[in-house]
Amino acid sequence: MIIHAIFFYTFSFIAIISAIMVTVSRNTVHSVFFLILDFISISCLFIMIGAEFLGMIMLIVYVGAVAVLFLFVVMMLNVAQQKKILFKETENPTHVPIGLIITLIIFFELIVVIGGWKYKPELLNSISTQTLTETSNTLSLGSILYTEYIHLFQLSGMILLVSMIGAIVLTFRKRSGLKRQSYLKQISREKDDGIELTDPEFNKGVKIDD
Amino acid sequence: MINIGLSHYLVLAAIIFTIGIAGIFLNRKNIIVILMSIELILLAVNINLVSFSIFLNDLSGQVFTLFILTVAAAEAAIGLAIIVVYYRNAGTIRVEKIDNLKG
Repeated sequence: MIIHAIFFYTFSFIAIISAIMVTVSRNTVHSVFFLILDFISISCLFIMIGAEFLGMIMLIVYVGAVAVLFLFVVMMLNVAQQKKILFKETENPTHVPIGLIITLIIFFELIVVIGGWKYKPELLNSISTQTLTETSNTLSLGSILYTEYIHLFQLSGMILLVSMIGAIVLTFRKRSGLKRQSYLKQISREKDDGIELTDPEFNKGVKIDD
Repeated sequence: MINIGLSHYLVLAAIIFTIGIAGIFLNRKNIIVILMSIELILLAVNINLVSFSIFLNDLSGQVFTLFILTVAAAEAAIGLAIIVVYYRNAGTIRVEKIDNLKG
């Protein structure tokens, strides 16, 4: 139990500190690195309390894909130049006190809700899918994900497909003056178009591309 | 303090959620940090769902966490694509300069 407490406090401390650093860090690349640290420590927490599959998926999806995507975009957008422009101008931080007040109100509301909270007595009877104790987390998750939640699973696949198409369509840009390969042109080429037999006159040669 | 229960995880999720909200409110630097704050908020929601799922022995919370993960990845991809297109068109991603709608 004491080991559990030690690990919980360590990982949550790292998570909170790195979450703060994500928002206050001056350098956006540092923010992305702290975001990665945050995801890693939260996935350690998930693994610790017994959601191993989700912890590993968090590592793969967030650290492996989303954070690298963020890093890629930060590198591409030349944020260092943006920062130089920012420091030249004078700032009037009127939004800071209002934002802090609203944030504190939200935090105290959440804390009040957590403090005065308890289970309804009939809640434990209304559990929809009981965790299987004799199988591993991944096996039990898979056994309900592909049976009970199959429609939602397919729907999330559709969401990923649509977002992929959307991202490609948004960033696609047609450039002029670029020589591209045209598959249709290539496969619809016939022998008559490709080869032309001529009978050139002596000492004059053949003109190409006329 | 030593017995780690559900409330500890809920408080952790509340703190991370609040930090994400603060990141959205206080940030004026660039819009990528705002997207990262949204990721933090979704992470806090995931912590809530997973901890309830573990402590109530109910697996459906973890299934919904998977779906939130999917939606978060899709949202990040679309948001970053929009940012790239906006940077290409306007040449800046500073939050206070993005005021074309005059809202």
